[in-house]
Amino acid sequence: MSMTYALTDSRVMVTRCVRRSLRDPEAFFTALMLPVVLMLLFVYVFGGAFRGSGAYVDYVVPGLIVLCAGFGAGTTAVAVATDMSNGIVDRFRSMPISGSLVLVGHVVASLARNLVATALVIGVGLAVGWRPSAGPAGWVAAAAMIVFFVLALSWLAAAVGLLAGSVEAANSFTFVLMFLPYVSTAFVPAQTLPSWMRGFAEHQPFTPIVETMRGLWMGTTSTGAAVGHEAWIACAWCAGILAVSFAAASWLFHHRTAA
Amino acid sequence: MSYTVEATGICKSFSGHPVLDHVDLTVETGSVLALLGPNGAGKTTMVRILATLMRPDAGTATIAGHDLLTDPVGVKESISLTGQYAAVDEKLTGRENLEMMAQLLRLSRMAARARASELLAEFDLADAAARRAAKYSGGMRRRLDLAISMIARPPLVFLDEPTTGLDPRSREQTWSTVRRLVDEGVTVLLTTQYLEEADQLADTVAVLDHGRVVARGTPDELKARLGAEVVRLQFADQAAYERALAGLDPVRADGQLRTIDVATEGSAGEIFHLLGELQEAGAPAHKVSTYRPSLDDVFLSVTDTDTDTVTGTDAGTNTDDAASAAHAEPKEMAR
Repeated sequence: MSMTYALTDSRVMVTRCVRRSLRDPEAFFTALMLPVVLMLLFVYVFGGAFRGSGAYVDYVVPGLIVLCAGFGAGTTAVAVATDMSNGIVDRFRSMPISGSLVLVGHVVASLARNLVATALVIGVGLAVGWRPSAGPAGWVAAAAMIVFFVLALSWLAAAVGLLAGSVEAANSFTFVLMFLPYVSTAFVPAQTLPSWMRGFAEHQPFTPIVETMRGLWMGTTSTGAAVGHEAWIACAWCAGILAVSFAAASWLFHHRTAA
Repeated sequence: MSYTVEATGICKSFSGHPVLDHVDLTVETGSVLALLGPNGAGKTTMVRILATLMRPDAGTATIAGHDLLTDPVGVKESISLTGQYAAVDEKLTGRENLEMMAQLLRLSRMAARARASELLAEFDLADAAARRAAKYSGGMRRRLDLAISMIARPPLVFLDEPTTGLDPRSREQTWSTVRRLVDEGVTVLLTTQYLEEADQLADTVAVLDHGRVVARGTPDELKARLGAEVVRLQFADQAAYERALAGLDPVRADGQLRTIDVATEGSAGEIFHLLGELQEAGAPAHKVSTYRPSLDDVFLSVTDTDTDTVTGTDAGTNTDDAASAAHAEPKEMAR
């Protein structure tokens, strides 16, 4: 019975967050424009200078997916911080429901927003000449990687939103997450980076995640490692981020609100 | 006599600084209790503790028959909380807000829709049902907030500063809404810094100051504590004002206007005696007037407030003595 309640309550909270997303026209419009503009920018402006093998669009799609997910996570952090500064969370907590379902609502809405953005990146990519060689199994595996990554990132964003204490502070999270992919293999192979930066780029979480998608779609990774190897590291990163963020968010929610 | 709220010995400190110091509070079923106090007195903390949002460091409470510490879910099912800032989702419409909360309170979708329609009509929001709460006026938002509080018709409603920031007309409207809840048998615990609000709505007023209940009673009882009439004495010069202040136990004193207000029974003999004593002390009053004490005067006489006491411009060193004398009196009453 209480399981049914938890499901109903989650559904209500998700509906709430999805409605809120749709009613923030500026953020919504930006989230939809970003994949399109970035794709055109990278492929037609920077793409000409790219000296890898094949077309730049074949290289850059996974990078743009993580970049847009970074932006999406910033939106989620801001949404959580906004809620926490509002009386409505107190109201939820004074009701006979699990108050932390507020976070579930945000995370599911975040997942939905990011998957729409990802679909846009893929759609625009295909329109400008991206030709992945993956079969159905490869696509399913790549989709699973994206969902796992976005889920971990969404919980991280929820934890950051709770930790930030203010909407402005939460906003700066977007900046960090949109900067990190540049220092990975998302946009250029690691060997083109200066050696001191290469070490960081090869070992930060965005690289295995991007390489897993690249390997699944195009058959080869830019690092030369096998897809399975990259996928293993990527999943370990995502699982770690998810576990820590989920625990941190749950703890922060109860301690922030019960202060 | 039955009580919906029975709290004893509630204590809470924040980083070593006590905010609530052994507060006892009872609210009779079906009545309105106003928790009155200046900013920082601990009113909101008290409400948050009683609404299960915060755990007390010490003390116990029973809310509508449920123990606060051992049965918080039972408490949550018996209360609703209207916060200091209207707790509505601004991006949702009035109707969506109500339907969302109704579903969280276990109403089916159909039932939630029906209940939302009822409440929108009852709280005079039917025309604004499809508009986002962000576009509502302050008064409308409060009404929506109160409507949400009434979805499940809980026996106890907490109203934390329900009219803070509202214009006078919206305040009147909110008051009449609260009165209607009371007519339906709801018990209300409201916090306010407005004496007029307590006077208008409350059956019982508890004055909270520095984390302690310093006075409690009906508004009339509290006013009666000060006697029938307050005598306002005005002095011709600063010296006379200060001499008079040293020998009096004022409700309030104003160094700029050189007025001292003293509570009396209102008899001619008492006022005659008072004026005679001042004359003898070399501090004759220049003008005398009387007025009936308001809850304001009660509040000032029982709270340890720095405002409205002695604010002499050129009073020099005497000001400190006078101020501490004025402060000693409320502490006396607190015991």
